[in-house]
Amino acid sequence: MLGLDDSNVLAGYLLCIGAVLLCVIYGLITWNRGAEDTDADDVRWAAEEKEVEEEFS
Amino acid sequence: MLLAQSIDFWEILLVIVYLGIIGYLGWLGYHRTRTATDYLLAGRGTHPFVMATSYGATFISTSAIVGFGGVAALFGMSLLWLVFLNIFVGIFLAFVFLGGPTRRLGHRLNAHTFPELLGRRYQSRFIQILAGAIIFAFIPLYAGAVLIGGTEFIAARFEIDYHAALAVFTVVTAAYVVAGGLKGVMYTEAFQGTIMFIGMLILLGYGYHLVGGVSAGHRQLSELAPLVPPALQDMGHNGWTAFPAFGFGEPGYDLWWVVVSTITLGVGIGVLAQPQLVVRFMTVKSRQQLNRGVLIGGLFIFVTPGTAYVVGSLSNAYFVKHGDLLTGRVVETLDHEKGQVVLQLTRRDDSGQWVDIEGKQVPAVLDRSENSGSESVSAAADPSIVRGRGIALVYAAGNSDQIIPTYITHAMPSWFGLLFLLTLLAAAMSTLASQFHALGTSISRDVYEQLTGSSGGSIGVNRIGIILGIILAGVIAYHARGGYIIARATAIFFGLCSSAFLPAYIGGLFFKRMTRAAAIASMITGFVVTAFWLLLVKATEAEAIGLVQYLTNGKSSILAEYPNWPVVDPIVVALPLSCLAALGVSLLTRPPDQAHINRCFR
Repeated sequence: MLGLDDSNVLAGYLLCIGAVLLCVIYGLITWNRGAEDTDADDVRWAAEEKEVEEEFS
Repeated sequence: MLLAQSIDFWEILLVIVYLGIIGYLGWLGYHRTRTATDYLLAGRGTHPFVMATSYGATFISTSAIVGFGGVAALFGMSLLWLVFLNIFVGIFLAFVFLGGPTRRLGHRLNAHTFPELLGRRYQSRFIQILAGAIIFAFIPLYAGAVLIGGTEFIAARFEIDYHAALAVFTVVTAAYVVAGGLKGVMYTEAFQGTIMFIGMLILLGYGYHLVGGVSAGHRQLSELAPLVPPALQDMGHNGWTAFPAFGFGEPGYDLWWVVVSTITLGVGIGVLAQPQLVVRFMTVKSRQQLNRGVLIGGLFIFVTPGTAYVVGSLSNAYFVKHGDLLTGRVVETLDHEKGQVVLQLTRRDDSGQWVDIEGKQVPAVLDRSENSGSESVSAAADPSIVRGRGIALVYAAGNSDQIIPTYITHAMPSWFGLLFLLTLLAAAMSTLASQFHALGTSISRDVYEQLTGSSGGSIGVNRIGIILGIILAGVIAYHARGGYIIARATAIFFGLCSSAFLPAYIGGLFFKRMTRAAAIASMITGFVVTAFWLLLVKATEAEAIGLVQYLTNGKSSILAEYPNWPVVDPIVVALPLSCLAALGVSLLTRPPDQAHINRCFR
């Protein structure tokens, strides 16, 4: 299959394709899931992160 | 040759246009809201393409493309298991299972660096300082590997001295890092990631086209198995489309342990505890961004390192068909029907006689075409002189880090060489910027501020730390070359991060019972065992450091008499021990303060 006789290498090749398909399918299925509102912790974190960025960048 | 003499007008123009776009995007970043934090402050999330591509550009560097691509040319397609781990562990597991909890914990504890996340989760300044010090001390090794990757290509592409190329590459990337790269402008990184994706996608298509397609290319590669150099055969190399021989206790299994423990596990697992990647999860707005990022990130990783490892392996099939002709005497016939031989390379001396080039016996395929430029050979008085073509390593002067640059220069059209130069510039710049950002904040915010209890002078410490880091990375790149150093240096850093940080990081995210003492025990165990292994057991590294020879009267490892142990990666020993330390000490110490745990996990 695919010109690869060694089952371990063939498995590696197919697992790469399988893993990317898993990512694509998962991404499509959950595309609109998981939206979260910003809470007070997020705002406080982002404000301080901005200061850190300004300070060290 | 001077660099200026080696570059034509279009090459200069293209690099200037590229740097101009990067500069423009950086300028936009300074004057508008373009970092992930800006989006968060505005209550919005960055576009998933921008988020995932910038993550990928930070993850994948010249180390993966040039260094690990060269290792694939040396060891073969067994490296595809690393691509699988890069996608499955580095993207799927990281985004789906670690990204959300990391973001929540980071925001609740107001942590802004990876060491700070660990320190605040376990209420320990010591943990923050230790993690910061480890990152500061060892990230230049990884940065050095990234520099070598870009430099090898520039040296090959423009036919200039390696050290001159290193100077140019270091100055260009350092200028970018210092001038604006640290800010992490996501559009800049997304632009760099897009260039990488396009460049590697073209390379994948063209690489398969050059060897007649997917199956045909793989079959040609399989037929080259007898050409594996004897030193690699002795380690268990079974050909470029076969896994190395597996077992333990015989030198003939060494390669399996190199490929699986160092190359695959070290980097494949180590990505989960990369400080410069973990902090990215804190900048996303919601789980939705991570979900969408899985799709784009998976495709990105599939194409970028996947291409490098496939094309690296296939380069052997290309060079035995299209490489420059080599002249020599057959000293051993490996496969008569296929014309596979060992050639003793020869050259003409001043009197026109063919003489052997000392120490140059290479595996090759005889050239049997009728007009193969044989006039010079037939003109020779010696009828034993023949012509043939060698495997990739022959054309890379025995240095696997030069294989991808040599392949691009020989096999690909000239215009692609320019695109690939930009691809590598993008890959190096995006990764180096994040590395030096992590380095700078580690030494200033995590070490200096925690030790002194003050932020006064912290910016100066940050700047000095980054400059020292750049210099150290440059010195490493200057002195360390050959022996697949790019992959080894990268694997050391990834493995160290994995053994020292992963149990504390995962435990901190998911296990309320994980205690401060357990985190400290696991970090110290992971670090000390890794250091012990690199100093005294793992032969290649221990030999380079030299302590083991001093202690054992010249041996390369304290386990030199026990085959395979000297090639086993530290991660195989250090990570399990680090996990055991985390588990054992957690069970033996008092549970953490409940109010703090409630704050972390509410």
